[in-house]
Amino acid sequence: MKIDYISLLFVFVLATFIGLDVIRRVSRLLHTPLMSLTNAISAIAVVGSIIIAGQQNADFKFNIIGLVAIAASVCNIVSGFLITDRMLKMFKKREASK
Amino acid sequence: MSNYYINIVYLISAVLFVFSLKWMNDPQTARRGVISGVAAMLVAVIGTLMNPAIVAVNYKWIALAVIVGTVVGVPLSWVPLTAVPQRTALSHAFGGLAAGLVGVAEFYLSFSSSGHELGHFRAAALCAEVLLGFLTFTGSLMAAGKLQEIIPTRPITYKGQNLVNIGLLGVAVIGCIVLSIDTNYKFIFPVIIFLALLFGVLLIIPIGGADMPTVISMLNAYAGLSAVAMGFVMDNKLLIIAGALDGSSGLILSIIMCKAMNRSFTNILFGAFGQVQAASAETQQRTVKSATPEDAAQIMEQAAKVVIVPGYGMAVAQAQHRVKELYDQLTKRGIIVKFAIHPVAGRMPGHMNVLLAEANIPYTDLVEMDDINPEMPQVDVALVVGANDVVNPAARTNKSSPIYGMPIIDADKAKSCLAIKRSMNPGFAGIENDLYYAEKTLMVFGDAKAVVGDIVKYLAGENNSH
Repeated sequence: MKIDYISLLFVFVLATFIGLDVIRRVSRLLHTPLMSLTNAISAIAVVGSIIIAGQQNADFKFNIIGLVAIAASVCNIVSGFLITDRMLKMFKKREASK
Repeated sequence: MSNYYINIVYLISAVLFVFSLKWMNDPQTARRGVISGVAAMLVAVIGTLMNPAIVAVNYKWIALAVIVGTVVGVPLSWVPLTAVPQRTALSHAFGGLAAGLVGVAEFYLSFSSSGHELGHFRAAALCAEVLLGFLTFTGSLMAAGKLQEIIPTRPITYKGQNLVNIGLLGVAVIGCIVLSIDTNYKFIFPVIIFLALLFGVLLIIPIGGADMPTVISMLNAYAGLSAVAMGFVMDNKLLIIAGALDGSSGLILSIIMCKAMNRSFTNILFGAFGQVQAASAETQQRTVKSATPEDAAQIMEQAAKVVIVPGYGMAVAQAQHRVKELYDQLTKRGIIVKFAIHPVAGRMPGHMNVLLAEANIPYTDLVEMDDINPEMPQVDVALVVGANDVVNPAARTNKSSPIYGMPIIDADKAKSCLAIKRSMNPGFAGIENDLYYAEKTLMVFGDAKAVVGDIVKYLAGENNSH
């Protein structure tokens, strides 16, 4: 497997800088929803899980491992986004609460 | 779809993820952030399903796994908001498990099929992935157990604990290095997995409830970094970008939490905060003044400005809705009511904000520590509901106190102070709170929910008699 590691490292470093800058601006009020949102985002591991589970492997037990990983990731995606939205709905300004 | 198009789809997904986090900067745009995040994830999943490597017969299995994940995930989003820290820790565990499992599959596949060979770099990334993934898995499970109080929340320490932990991690890292140099040492791989699982448990054992906000943030970063490592192993830029976003979020939150406790990262991991020795040091009798809920109600009625300082005790007592009723009673009388939010109040970052928002308190009245402290001398009554260490003036004055130097909410600088507390037992950290003995402090003993309820009843009753 030929991988261009240097360009991957570039992506990683630049994405980290963007991440640090964007997250720094997140309202402190929203740190709990932020964490459940990034929970859902880190479930991007679903991408790797789908490939493992979907490809033709020498042994189906590898597909099973991938399927368990998909289930765990999807669980995070679904519950992460739903609970983030549920929490964010509660943040109201004074006018709205009357 | 060829890899070329899949990468374009991934690029769209990456942009949507960045916007998702960007919109979290303001409560008004935050829900748009969730929509953007969902869109990003959908695009990523659809793009991946188009991968030519996936064979048609496996789609039904994938669909089944998605259904299982959804069936478990939906109820997990219904938990009461006081249980959000546990839920978050649990989902970090799932995230770590997924990354670890994918790493295991990738490792053994590299020997059984061509085109998956491990180079040095790929082997190193793989080791990082399983190490981070599995230590996040057990560490987060332990954290969730402590938050749910299945496992004792007090720090469990023993002699040479740090040595054991660092030693374990050291052995695992050496294993990773050897394996990266020569992948023929296959037998090392399961050892690394075992050490990672064990290290995750041992890392959390000495950590107490008050340090949970930092630990959860840290585990958040690890879950992200394990996705990054997976991206390096699988040559997937989207995994790297999304993982890096998550990792930086966890890092920033950890730093904020550390600053808010005036402690270093290593100190939290290896310090075992709040051991009981601090409590036994001071046994001399000091007197406190106590008051009834009626007294408290009368005092607050006379005030022009009240600041409520909530803490974990409010969450435990589920008192947030009573606090909202109190807020209503006081604002109805024209009294200005603000909430002073300490960054580490509660069990995870932003915990108090979510609970108060749930109780319908407008977020414009939730004020950060640094913004409220300059106003404190003008405040007539500071009402402490279930907070302890975050209002302890010893952090400013007593150099020998374990919390010395930690930034606090200056409740002691208000003209008077009311503290609702169950008893005079020192809090979790076992540190005496000087605030309770101060001249201008009145203690109202009882369960936070019951006491605030009584205060509200008094205020409401009096209101009707006018």
